[in-house]
Amino acid sequence: MSEVEEVSGQPGDFRVKVRRKARYIDLEKCTGCGECARVCPVSLKNDYDMGLSERRAAYRRYAQAVPGAFAIEKRGTSPCKATCPAHISVQGYVALAAQGRWREALELIKKDNPLPAICGRVCHHPCESACMRGKVDEPVAIDFIKRYIADLDLKAETRFVPEIKQKRDEKIAVIGSGPAGLTCAYYLAVEGYRVTVFEKLPVLGGMLTVGIPSYRLPRDIIEAEIQVIRDLGVEFKTGVEIGKDFTIGQLREQGYKAFFIGIGAHECKKLGIEGEDLQGVYPGVQYLREVNLGNRIFLGDRVAVVGGGNVAMDCVRTALRTGSKKPFIVYRRSLAEMPANEEEIEECREEGIEILTLTNPVRVIGENGRVKAIECVKMELGEPDASGRRRPVAVKGSNFVIEVDAVIAAIGQETDWACLTPECACSLSDWRTLKVDPVTLQSDDPDIFAGGDAVTGPATVIEAIAAGKEAAVSIHRYVRGEDLRRGREKRWEAVQNVPTEGYDRIPRERMPRLRPEERLGNFNEVQLGFTEEQVRREAQRCLDCGVCSECYRCVEACLAGAVVHDDADQVQELHVGAVILAPGFQPFDPSVYDTYGYMRLANVMTAMEFERLLSASGPTMGHVVRPSDHKEPKKIAWLQCVGSRDIHHCDHAYCSAVCCMYAIKEAVIAKEHAGRDLETTIFFMDMRTHGKDFENYYNRAQEEHGVRFIRSRVHSLEEVPGSGGDVEVHYVTEDGQVVSEVFDMVILSVGLQTPDEAKKLAERLQVKLNDDFFADHSSFDPVASSRPGVFVCGAFQGPKDIPQSVMEASAAAAAAGSLLGAARGTLVKEKEIPAQRNVYGEPPRIGVFVCHCGINISGVVDVRAVAEYAKTLPYVEYVTDNLYTCSQDTQEVMKKVIREHNLNRIVVAACTPRTHEPLFQETMADAGLNKYLFEMANIRNQDSWVHGMDPAMATEKAKDLVRMTVAKVALLEPLPEPELSVIRRALVVGGGVSGMTAALSLAAQGYPVDLVESGPELGGQALKLNSTWRGEDIQGYVKELSRRVSEHPQIRVHLNARLTQVEGFVGNFKSVIQNGGDPITVEHGIAVIATGGREYKPDEYLYGQDPRVLTHLELDEKLRADDPAIRQARSVVFIQCVGSREPQRPYCSRVCCTHTIHSALEIKRRNPDADVYVLYRDIRTYGERERIYQEARRAGVLFIRYSLEDKPVVAATDGALTVTVTDHILRRPVRLPADVVTLATAILPNADEALAQLFKVPLNEESFFVEAHAKLRPVDFATDGVFLCGLAHYPKPLDESIAQAQAAAARAATILARDRIRFPGTVARTNPFLCSACGTCVAICPYSAPRFNERGVAEINPALCKGCGLCVASCRSGAIQLQGFDDAQIFSMIDSL
Amino acid sequence: MNSSGSGNPMVGSVLVVGGGIAGMQSALDLAEMGYYVYLVEKEPSIGGVMAQLDKTFPTNDCAM
Repeated sequence: MSEVEEVSGQPGDFRVKVRRKARYIDLEKCTGCGECARVCPVSLKNDYDMGLSERRAAYRRYAQAVPGAFAIEKRGTSPCKATCPAHISVQGYVALAAQGRWREALELIKKDNPLPAICGRVCHHPCESACMRGKVDEPVAIDFIKRYIADLDLKAETRFVPEIKQKRDEKIAVIGSGPAGLTCAYYLAVEGYRVTVFEKLPVLGGMLTVGIPSYRLPRDIIEAEIQVIRDLGVEFKTGVEIGKDFTIGQLREQGYKAFFIGIGAHECKKLGIEGEDLQGVYPGVQYLREVNLGNRIFLGDRVAVVGGGNVAMDCVRTALRTGSKKPFIVYRRSLAEMPANEEEIEECREEGIEILTLTNPVRVIGENGRVKAIECVKMELGEPDASGRRRPVAVKGSNFVIEVDAVIAAIGQETDWACLTPECACSLSDWRTLKVDPVTLQSDDPDIFAGGDAVTGPATVIEAIAAGKEAAVSIHRYVRGEDLRRGREKRWEAVQNVPTEGYDRIPRERMPRLRPEERLGNFNEVQLGFTEEQVRREAQRCLDCGVCSECYRCVEACLAGAVVHDDADQVQELHVGAVILAPGFQPFDPSVYDTYGYMRLANVMTAMEFERLLSASGPTMGHVVRPSDHKEPKKIAWLQCVGSRDIHHCDHAYCSAVCCMYAIKEAVIAKEHAGRDLETTIFFMDMRTHGKDFENYYNRAQEEHGVRFIRSRVHSLEEVPGSGGDVEVHYVTEDGQVVSEVFDMVILSVGLQTPDEAKKLAERLQVKLNDDFFADHSSFDPVASSRPGVFVCGAFQGPKDIPQSVMEASAAAAAAGSLLGAARGTLVKEKEIPAQRNVYGEPPRIGVFVCHCGINISGVVDVRAVAEYAKTLPYVEYVTDNLYTCSQDTQEVMKKVIREHNLNRIVVAACTPRTHEPLFQETMADAGLNKYLFEMANIRNQDSWVHGMDPAMATEKAKDLVRMTVAKVALLEPLPEPELSVIRRALVVGGGVSGMTAALSLAAQGYPVDLVESGPELGGQALKLNSTWRGEDIQGYVKELSRRVSEHPQIRVHLNARLTQVEGFVGNFKSVIQNGGDPITVEHGIAVIATGGREYKPDEYLYGQDPRVLTHLELDEKLRADDPAIRQARSVVFIQCVGSREPQRPYCSRVCCTHTIHSALEIKRRNPDADVYVLYRDIRTYGERERIYQEARRAGVLFIRYSLEDKPVVAATDGALTVTVTDHILRRPVRLPADVVTLATAILPNADEALAQLFKVPLNEESFFVEAHAKLRPVDFATDGVFLCGLAHYPKPLDESIAQAQAAAARAATILARDRIRFPGTVARTNPFLCSACGTCVAICPYSAPRFNERGVAEINPALCKGCGLCVASCRSGAIQLQGFDDAQIFSMIDSL
Repeated sequence: MNSSGSGNPMVGSVLVVGGGIAGMQSALDLAEMGYYVYLVEKEPSIGGVMAQLDKTFPTNDCAM
């Protein structure tokens, strides 16, 4: 979770700033159990599944992810939480409410607010004003959701009373039982203090009870929330006035350690106008208090309430309920400035209460000492004042008089400070509020803390609650003598950049209310509360602004204690010698194309999305269904070149180079998943299967799998009405016909592009990108970026497939290694492996791990039953089953289990040892066990995958396999691994560009090289080439390269030489070089085979018969010599695929299309009037080479397609050369006159059977060498210590040869870097007492491992033995056993079957 | 290529940016070649796009 911010310094010595982003889960502690994700209420689109499934905010990308730890995604603090004065995790409880997790939601609220039922009724909810849903339609009704959650608890049989953390003896006094005091008491009680609340009035609740009318806040609600505080052990004393009944000094003497003053502001501010003292003029809160204490006061019919706040609203509505016919509001500003809650204003209106705005009383007129009327003046709004609201100004001469029976002044309150007797050192502000520290709420008297209206002046309930909570924190710290401020000056900043686009408009739920006529004459609650359905619907409107909702359920769920919600980004400075950039690509987003209706049509998806649909770990677990109706498709189409080879829609001139192959693969795999009757069709322009074995795969897809290929251009897609989502594809065929066909699904083969993040990275690192936004580079140094010491590889360097990326990755490693050779090994340490436990003589104690492999195994086999069965087997001490036994967290568990249960043999019943045995063996070694005390039962490949139709039988077979494996493992013995030293020298065979590059790279890394070239000079095929497709001069490059190789002190060049003998093995080869003179014997640790290839000389198209018919290299030679035959040619015809893609040579030679176009352009440059024709089958200018194809078309080169069945004919009649070809558009033969015909002939490998024999490495049918793995080990051989590069591997252009050569050097260096090399223990061993010295094993071994020793019996060299077992089977004396597979072990398996 | 003669000391560690198939291969090779490697990846886990692929041609191996 890191990114590079800055790289400074110079090659060999860079300083790098890396920002490690907060993961919010401790990597070291996380066990990957997934409980955090299970309890996380936040769902979001799973980008791993390309948005086709959902994941939680606490997540792991995929089950086998490395590292296996989860992470929590946070965007920031949600605006609701940031804005709430108490900073309640609003998004959290809303998310929990959306899932109906009421109790959890309540507990979360109560972490920050002990009075949610009260708040849910009277809070002014600034959270809703900040709610981002308001930008979509209307804010989420957060407050009402909270009310529902709280009410549910009030009605519950057992209410939520938090656990007291730790009982404490200290006494704390809370003065005032309003929201601030109650909150403070609650949190102090939770901390364990003995808390007493003193209340002056006879009732508890302060303003909640005596200020707010009960139709808004019923008394039983207040009482219920106070009851929880009582249940926590808080003592309440009503009718006790501090300062009169007791003083703070006396309480100190009684042992109270700290005080919280939350006495509110209960005194009314005066209107300050004439007549205020008349009978019938009431202060607002005093009036409310009287009514709320049960004194029914009838004010008369006409009551003027002065003020615009909630107190004014409460007064006017209370007056209405106590019988006044016409109470009304007088407010000096306009409605917009009114501080009262909107819904209260609205409810006022419903109740028929008039609001006179822009009206100010100037005089109360009396008669006989009683109010008779009120004189008011009209106001208008002037400039904004300090509060930001526009200041009201009286309109001269607008005075008027209203007859009234009473006037209520509700324009503000202040505090009565009688409690502060002289022994208190605290002081008051100019506004008669108590002065306290804004963070700690501590007054000038250290043991006195205060909050609420007494500190702020009249404010809101939630602010009072926030203050009470903060004061509790301070008092807790104060009593324990801790720093009050530490870590508390947090600035709450709401998250920015919350996406509000793309949401449907869903109106906010409406609060059901008592009908206005039902409200008269009573104090029944007006707002009736949401229903459960309303709450859930409303909660689901939340936009999850912060992503993680901070509900903290994960904290409770994580038994490992790994969740760290206050984790933060860290910037680290690293010191490195080189930098390799491999930031990769992103799939093209096709929503910019209207043509394809990607966003519009449900069943049009990208190939990446389809890839997830095919995957067993994907959203449908590999079941191919279309999105619109989850129907299994019967016909699927792929559309090629979406976001590639297109400068009109997306400015991607390049070919993405991988889409043709992946589309074919997906078509074939889709048929495997969905059955053979699935029809698959690929719409394409040119089929580009230019990689090794790709053409074969393409042919098989057509011939064996029946994939249909249609050469065409698609012009639009539309949905077939009423079909449930079928898509009609309209396309134009090559000959111009418009055709339509309906498919169930359409897959867009989207191209590769550099992500914006990678572009920004390049900019920060001053690495130049080219016009296509790939890393700028030279063909001669393909992994070097524009910045020295910074190397590039993978799709960031140019669009490419996996093998090419892997090669380049190794090449970049070699380039870095060449730069840093001098510092190699200075910063690394050997991994320490714990000493092996001696298990000899111990009875077997077997541990069995049965794997679900996601659903790969458990979808068929009853894994739990297999595990239960395993427990019954002899010597089995421990059995468990895992979702993925290969996951990293399981490895940790396994190590622990091995130690705790003292296991000495392990069985994993899972997949294949070919891929996973090394992983488990490493785990065993880490746990101190010899890694050969291990066996795998392959219950996937050999069972669940092949018996999918019969789960019961498959389960029985899995038991059989496990039983056999357990029988064998019991007999296994620890095996030693022999070690041998490494000869740190290299041998490179082939002196072309590949061989030279490999040699130079190894030499630069500090390893001496012997370079063997069969010809008289270095350079190979490159000597015959003019320039790369980018126009770089090859001749000059090769000469310079040859010079550097020849002069390098670490390289010994052997010309006119060949290898005649190779013996030994990785790390210890001994070879003989023959170059005419005395044979030279060299010792070397590794060998690189770079024997190259050559141009095919055809026997068709009059080649060899007519001098005007040339091959590419012959044309190049003429171009070099500026031959007049070329310069003056009026018509030049190129014929492609000569000797390639033919039945006898089915592969594509990869370079010929580019070579032809490059030469065609050169001819056009020299003679713009020449007609140049290219007769082709598919143009395969893959990657950025596509640019020169486009350039050639612009330059007027004519491209005519032919088919294999109807090849062009070259004829020479009357001295004139003509080429006849059937035009693909006209469908008629065309005769082209030709002065020159150039044949793009195949590239053949320099097939060297003898060399293949010497190194025991394989050749394929076409005589190219076969690498160890087509994708992941493209330059290794299966034989250790031998590597491969250049044309000997497959035809390729110069830049790819260079990269591959560097890659071979890197892979070779991984061996040469070691002093010693370890060999596997599973090798054959002879028993000298049984050996009859017959010599069969010596003769039969393909690796020359057995030989006769000085005592005349066969002995096997463990370093050469590959453990194939041939000798074991052929030994007539039974003298040879393959360790780990001896007779007894094999028989035990058979016997147990 | 070998610029160790230029006077500045060479640091025996390499930073690899990107934990996809290319970055992982570079990092593994460099580590085995004797360099300390820092691998920087923006996602919480390595694997890149290849970890999202189902199977890979021509062998139809599981990409995971």
